[in-house]
Amino acid sequence: MTGEIITFKKRSSKQTQLQEFIVRMILLFCASISIITTIAVVATLFGESASFFQEVPLREFLFGTRWSPTLVPRHFGILPLLTGTLMIALASSFISIPFGLGSAIYLSEYAPKKVRRVLKPILEILAGIPSIVFGFFALTFITPLLQALIPSTQIFNALSAGIAVGIMTIPLVASVSEDAMSAVPDSMRKGAFALGATRMEVTTGIVLPAAVSGIGASFILAISRAIGETMIVAIAAGQSPVLTLNPLESIQTMTGFMVNLSLGDIQHGTIEYKTVFAVGSMLFLMTFVMNLLARLTIHRYKEARK
Amino acid sequence: MAEKAGMKMRAEQVNFWYGEHQALKNITLDIPENKITALIGPSGCGKTTFLKILNRMNDYVDGARAEGIIHYQGMNLIGDSLDVAALRMQIGMVFQKPNPFPKSIYENVIYGPKRHGIRKKSQLDQLVEQSLKQAAIWDEVKDNLHKSALALSGGQQQRLCIARCLAMQPDLILMDEPTAALDPISTQSIEDLLLTLKEKYTIIIVTHNMQQAARVSDQTAFFLLGEIIEVGETKEMFLNAKHETTERYISGRFG
Repeated sequence: MTGEIITFKKRSSKQTQLQEFIVRMILLFCASISIITTIAVVATLFGESASFFQEVPLREFLFGTRWSPTLVPRHFGILPLLTGTLMIALASSFISIPFGLGSAIYLSEYAPKKVRRVLKPILEILAGIPSIVFGFFALTFITPLLQALIPSTQIFNALSAGIAVGIMTIPLVASVSEDAMSAVPDSMRKGAFALGATRMEVTTGIVLPAAVSGIGASFILAISRAIGETMIVAIAAGQSPVLTLNPLESIQTMTGFMVNLSLGDIQHGTIEYKTVFAVGSMLFLMTFVMNLLARLTIHRYKEARK
Repeated sequence: MAEKAGMKMRAEQVNFWYGEHQALKNITLDIPENKITALIGPSGCGKTTFLKILNRMNDYVDGARAEGIIHYQGMNLIGDSLDVAALRMQIGMVFQKPNPFPKSIYENVIYGPKRHGIRKKSQLDQLVEQSLKQAAIWDEVKDNLHKSALALSGGQQQRLCIARCLAMQPDLILMDEPTAALDPISTQSIEDLLLTLKEKYTIIIVTHNMQQAARVSDQTAFFLLGEIIEVGETKEMFLNAKHETTERYISGRFG
């Protein structure tokens, strides 16, 4: 073989070290942005909440059953908002979990490849619909339907909004669960089939247990999403912070209250202003604790299987 | 005509397609009872395809189609009316890569029996001990039956998979390159195991390892491009193959 002689230029180790250092710093900066933002948000939330609790005792906030922070006599019991939020979360998970998991199982275990190729993108489009659209869908379609079934249903009610939030979060559950199930190696399915298991037995006995952490995560995500959902509940659930467990009545959620109050003009530093932050802190704590619990249970489960 | 005397199974004029591609052409093969039959041949020659026809694992491949007859216990294994789950109780399979379920060792072994109606703890316990002993892994795991199977070494996992298969008390065992993913010592222990298993079971093994075929099998079938070029007693074939291609393949000059 002939050809010119190729010589490699030697890089100085100082130059490569500097390059590595710069790249590492840039990447560290990217990573820290979200952390810094989170810290800033939490600090603001808790700072403003702290001055709220200087005026309102924590006990009244947590255990009071009446909520009227803008009307005299003012009451700051968060329980009506809390039950409102929990009702939405509960109603929505009755929709999103079974339907989402069902779709995931179908897509991952039963659907022929061709069907999956068509169905999965459609499901993901559903996830892209703005929540305000679901809000009007709830108000103009689900509510009349509920009223036809149960005449005592109020125009604004928790159930209608909860159903809409549930439909909105089906793709979330389906997509995250399906990813977890598709990640289960095919060799395990084959192993079970070779032992004479049916498709359903393979799904329930092998795939679901192996994917349980991802599936659990999808449920938690959907519930967190429901707790934080604002637009649908602001439109369809009502604005009456009353302590009730009847899903057919008008309610108000924590997010619903926050958006409602921020729409009016409230003065910086007033008690109304601080109330928004106190409710926000509560919301943050709830989702935070839920994520923590989810991580713990998943971790425990993994440990138990070792 | 069904299986001949001393034969467990007979494949007659089996053809197989993946879509347009014909993967097997006119395969006719008798499988002797309580013997080990090795299927050898270069990659893509159809030996694994043939193996998977026997327990219908090709059912999960899109566009797969088989023709011909495979006589087995009065059934034709190529047929739509077959009870596939029941067939797989009779014909077990061990895969190329160990594929234990992410469950305990105990649960891995009882997975098959439980699917087929055995629920009594005493019976399950008995099956677990018996199968693990047969698969020569009992001594290594008997104190850790409730530990995850994934914590075992590759060779142990493969023996567990064999135990899982034996727990079904199968009649015939299919092995698809069962030692391809294992180190030499684990391979040795699996090969020793095969020789003890053939007293009770009929085994068909696909292997890329000529020495392995020579060491463990009684009958060898040489596949090439979807056809069986030569089939015969292993010793005979390895000493003087009838066809030149077989001889060249066995001696490692192509493939």
